[in-house]
Amino acid sequence: MENFSGKAIYKGVAIGKIVFGSKEKQQVRRTKTEDTAAETARYEAAKEKALEQLQGLYEKALKEVGEDNAAIFEVHQMMLEDDDFNDGIKDKIENQQVNAEYAVAATGDAMAEMFANMEDEYFKARAADIKDISERVINILLGGGGLSRLTEPSIIVAEDLAPSETIQLDKDKLLAFVTELGSSNSHTAILARTMNLPALIGVKIDKAWNGKIGIVDGCKGIFIIDPDEETIEEYKAVQKKDSEKRELLKNLKGKKNVSKSGKKIKLYANIGKPADLGSVIENDAEGIGLFRSEFLYLDSDDFPTEEEQFAAYRKVAETMAGKKVIIRTLDLGADKQADYFNLGKEDNPAMGYRAIRICLDRQDIFKTQLRALLRASAFGNIAVMYPMIISVDEVLQIKAIVEEVKEELRSEKVKFNENIEQGIMIETPASVIMSYELAQNVDFFSIGTNDLTQYTLAIDRQNSKLDNINDSHHPAVLRSIKTVAENAHKAGIWVGICGELGADTTLTQTFLDYGIDELSVSPSFVLPVRKAVTEAD
Amino acid sequence: MKSFNYVITDEVGIHARPAGLLVKAAKALSSTVVIKSGGKSADATRLMAIMGLGVKKGTEVTVEVSGANEAADVVEIENFFKNNL
Repeated sequence: MENFSGKAIYKGVAIGKIVFGSKEKQQVRRTKTEDTAAETARYEAAKEKALEQLQGLYEKALKEVGEDNAAIFEVHQMMLEDDDFNDGIKDKIENQQVNAEYAVAATGDAMAEMFANMEDEYFKARAADIKDISERVINILLGGGGLSRLTEPSIIVAEDLAPSETIQLDKDKLLAFVTELGSSNSHTAILARTMNLPALIGVKIDKAWNGKIGIVDGCKGIFIIDPDEETIEEYKAVQKKDSEKRELLKNLKGKKNVSKSGKKIKLYANIGKPADLGSVIENDAEGIGLFRSEFLYLDSDDFPTEEEQFAAYRKVAETMAGKKVIIRTLDLGADKQADYFNLGKEDNPAMGYRAIRICLDRQDIFKTQLRALLRASAFGNIAVMYPMIISVDEVLQIKAIVEEVKEELRSEKVKFNENIEQGIMIETPASVIMSYELAQNVDFFSIGTNDLTQYTLAIDRQNSKLDNINDSHHPAVLRSIKTVAENAHKAGIWVGICGELGADTTLTQTFLDYGIDELSVSPSFVLPVRKAVTEAD
Repeated sequence: MKSFNYVITDEVGIHARPAGLLVKAAKALSSTVVIKSGGKSADATRLMAIMGLGVKKGTEVTVEVSGANEAADVVEIENFFKNNL
């Protein structure tokens, strides 16, 4: 039994088998092979499959990122067909009577070593390509290794996980995840909270853990490998207590969000896709305060059509049956990228070409989304929210485009809600400073505290080295929230918080005092926050 | 045996992609093609071996072609170098 510490992203305990993410090499054991001909055939079959996969990747890349970027997969195919590589593997199987996995690993390592020892940087770097192709073949031989092919409930351990990888994992079989990189504010961490998954970051990972039993303790921030029976029993008791506590919270279902002195606040939920609706209803949220529409774009290989978007928005609106559903328009850019947008590399993406800036520049994309949103507004209580606003001028431009789209729909005799509520995210210092003027032009504000904290404190929220000074309770952040609430109320509009801070129960009293009208939190936080509201003054 | 000398003009040298193409070209010929550079040599049908020579821009290589059809094959390979490297 060994303990490793990390930073906890979501409280909770998970016990289960450890599975390494695809970026990690699987453990290869050397075994003796009697039937070398069969073993060679196994290798040949795995190689053919690897070549097919590479051809598929090549064709996809060719379509999406162009020939220059696709060439790497063509090179990988050529390397995999190299005579020295293949002869080396077959020689080991036949003469040393080893298994195919071991033969591939040993041959690949030796060749990678040869490149790693070369002087020129270009040739040195080819070692990674050799490792990549041998790992691909080994993964095929061992069956699996891919992130999305979980066969049993598992704890995923990986160097890092991209949001798209996290989202593709089979929710039912994912118990927890542990990564070496990433920060507590990355989108992957936010997804873990949305999915109620115990998660640790900053753990120095070891590939030898693959297949062992692990315990993720999201309260103490520790990862236990190979726990003894006693420890497992101990943690099973903790899990039982946790679920009892959750049951208790369920008693808060149907209760009103009123503090002891009579202050009221609405509690909405944040979701990323229609599949999250179940947990919204289960946790008794009064509405959806933030439906992040970008998952429609991230899960797709091409721009989602108006019909695809309309179907998703309509489903959410209908399921919520008249309760408010605030849908945020496209918020891509920075750490959320879709290849087909061809956004290109930026030196400073958090401050770059993203969110509403893309929409106002590429109005065809924006209009498609607005048409889908307006059409869906005929089927429920949909409100629209625009991200990354910095000026009144942007709001006026958006409203002009919305008018154009409305006019189109009217002329096509398509039904929509003429009075659809339109609000903006307050997540830039500029929007805080201009909140008085902005409030005159919109129906509501929703404060995005994650970006607001990042931009106000000038601290990159993706950089885990800065986690210790990334203080979202900084007086500058809290004072900004207070100012925005005051300016919203002066103009007679309502104001909510949809960032992570909304779920911070140590601030619930503060937000009630500021007169915040709504908090939108991950579904699993709705009831804990309700409890905090009922216990506040 | 026929041979020629050639100075590499490609920015990255004999890198993966042209090396892969060279393998294809050499495999299509009946002759044996050997590339010599800096005291080492590599069979032109073996990608990793060619890349293992680590030939950079400005390096002169010697290419030896031998076999029954060497007269025609050496012209093919020389053209390949001129067009791709």
